[in-house]
Amino acid sequence: MLKLSTTLTTALRALQRNPLRSALTTLGIIIGIAAVIAMVQIGEGSSAAIKQTIANMGANELIIFPGAAASGGVSFGGGSAVTLTSADADAVARDCPSVSAAAPVVNGRMQLVRDSRNWVPQFIAGTTPAYFTIRDWAISQGRMFGNDDVSGANEVCVLGQTVVHQLFPSGKPLGKTILVNQVPLKVIGILQRKGANMMGMDQDDILVMPWTTMKYRVSGTALQNQNQSSAAANNGFSTDQLYPETSQNLYPVPSSVETADLPQPVRFPNVNTIMVSVPTSAQIPQAMKEITSLLRQRHHLRAGEPSDFNIRNLAEISHALGQTSRLMTNLLTGVALISLMVGGVGIMNIMLVSVTERTREIGLRMAIGAKPADILGQFILEAIVLCLFGGALGILLGQAMSSVVKAVLHWPIQLSAPAMVASVAVSVAVGLVFGYYPAWKASRLDPIEALRYE
Amino acid sequence: MELIRISNIVKTYQLGAGGLQVLKGVSLSIQPGEMVALMGASGSGKTTLMNILGCLDRPTSGRYFLDGEEISRMSVNQRALVRNEKIGFVFQNFNLLARTTALENVLLPTAYSDAPVSGKTHRQRAADLLKQVGLAERMDHEPSQLSGGQQQRVAIARSLVNNPKLLLADEPTGNLDSRTSEEVLEMFQELNRTKGITILLVTHDANVAAHAQRTIHIRDGLIDGQPPAAEAPPSAVTTTG
Repeated sequence: MLKLSTTLTTALRALQRNPLRSALTTLGIIIGIAAVIAMVQIGEGSSAAIKQTIANMGANELIIFPGAAASGGVSFGGGSAVTLTSADADAVARDCPSVSAAAPVVNGRMQLVRDSRNWVPQFIAGTTPAYFTIRDWAISQGRMFGNDDVSGANEVCVLGQTVVHQLFPSGKPLGKTILVNQVPLKVIGILQRKGANMMGMDQDDILVMPWTTMKYRVSGTALQNQNQSSAAANNGFSTDQLYPETSQNLYPVPSSVETADLPQPVRFPNVNTIMVSVPTSAQIPQAMKEITSLLRQRHHLRAGEPSDFNIRNLAEISHALGQTSRLMTNLLTGVALISLMVGGVGIMNIMLVSVTERTREIGLRMAIGAKPADILGQFILEAIVLCLFGGALGILLGQAMSSVVKAVLHWPIQLSAPAMVASVAVSVAVGLVFGYYPAWKASRLDPIEALRYE
Repeated sequence: MELIRISNIVKTYQLGAGGLQVLKGVSLSIQPGEMVALMGASGSGKTTLMNILGCLDRPTSGRYFLDGEEISRMSVNQRALVRNEKIGFVFQNFNLLARTTALENVLLPTAYSDAPVSGKTHRQRAADLLKQVGLAERMDHEPSQLSGGQQQRVAIARSLVNNPKLLLADEPTGNLDSRTSEEVLEMFQELNRTKGITILLVTHDANVAAHAQRTIHIRDGLIDGQPPAAEAPPSAVTTTG
């Protein structure tokens, strides 16, 4: 049996004897592999970019809602229970390994006033700085409020672009004060534009403040469904104007009947929702499991008792995301296979020509003692060496191509080590598959005929 | 014991419906150290006989013993090994690999050798052989840089690199002028004399055959002076393919 190293030397010598043709033969593989590498790198870059975009839309977010409160058989509907607290949000962020951040959110719908202008934004959120991380939302001017603003319930707020346009037509809102439900808040930052969300709602129509400010200074209750027109109608009235003669005691001592009829509202430290972000959409089920068990424990729920909260995710989006990536991968695999097939057919073609051209050499080798297996091995090895060589050059070329695409078109690129390893493996496989037939043909030659071949 | 013994070799080529019998029952033997010429006109079966003797082809029937081994029963791979170890080939058109140095050409048969010899030893032996055939200065030359006579001498060195018992030369001077032919034939005679290598010269040229000790004439598939084998004797081994 012939040693591999000898066959390899023989194959290399044979390829060296015709360097130009070897180079041209391998060009098909070079281009094929280069295309695969470039495609995969560009494709993975785009795929990552798409994932990022979809993640921006909220695919990696979970929202925890309080459950329904009920009294005497009358349910108050989802979100009416007052069980979620900001401490729950802190615990979720701290104790759930699959959660990257969690922020409590207190919602409201209130009137904003600045000079002669007023506006009721879609969203008013009281939250923590983690909110901006979860929503992947950056500040374009000024600064975000910090954790000290939250603990101090400072009168600061951050505005979305739409609110800025409505209240500050001249721009420059930073450092100015607006009234939120008649509470003055200083504008310390402006959020970047985000556009509409998937329901078509303008996400920039928002005011964000520390949840403590919202809870304890501005809104007073968890869900304040205040009637704006009545609020507007009450503005500017005072008992002094109605009864100018009477001297008013501003803080009369309430009678016992009054106390019973108008109890001081208890200020629960509850929040409306908790927003949670998860690193990848694949971790969402795990994160939901962890949050459920943590919150049930925190809320002292016994086994069998229904949870007093609900967790919602945007499962449809994650599903679409998965399908998009899969489609992308399949498409790229198809392109890769086609280009490699073409390269492989090129190799087979030239190897067949080579076998015909070198018929006498094959005859001579057989006459001086080469077995059919030796000839088969030599020609397959020649094809594999060509393909490997082409694969190596192709990886370099593909790398160069994707770098050019990155530099010129600014497309995102992601290096892919598996693609490179696979390319080398595929090169060898192509050499084996497409080199086999010519090599088999060579090994079946009759030495007598081959020696006489002109 | 004789180096070559063939008995009742018949070779039939299948051509359409009928068969074409090229060899019609040839028997001969060659002693070790002999230098024999095989002569015959074209179409006489000379080349077919040489192919069978060179283990490139198998007889339709009859037996062939080379160096005590029966070749007529061997498989393709076994015959390849026999060719590699026991036979050196010299061809009319040299059959050197183009764009390959003389030394590499001489080394070619060692690539298919089973002998446990290091590459270095092979190289040394190949260089020595090239010196013997007078090409010490041309080891790194490629065939295109060598004259016909020099190319044939490289081919002779190649045929000797595995120490064969039999050197099979098929019209070795067919492509050479008379002066170089003479040189090459003298080289064969010297190899035969000094190293005792058995040489079989296949030729149609009486002048070439005259360099051999014995000439076997073949005509119409039979050796001159031998009767045709009317029927295959019962002892004959019949092989197919």
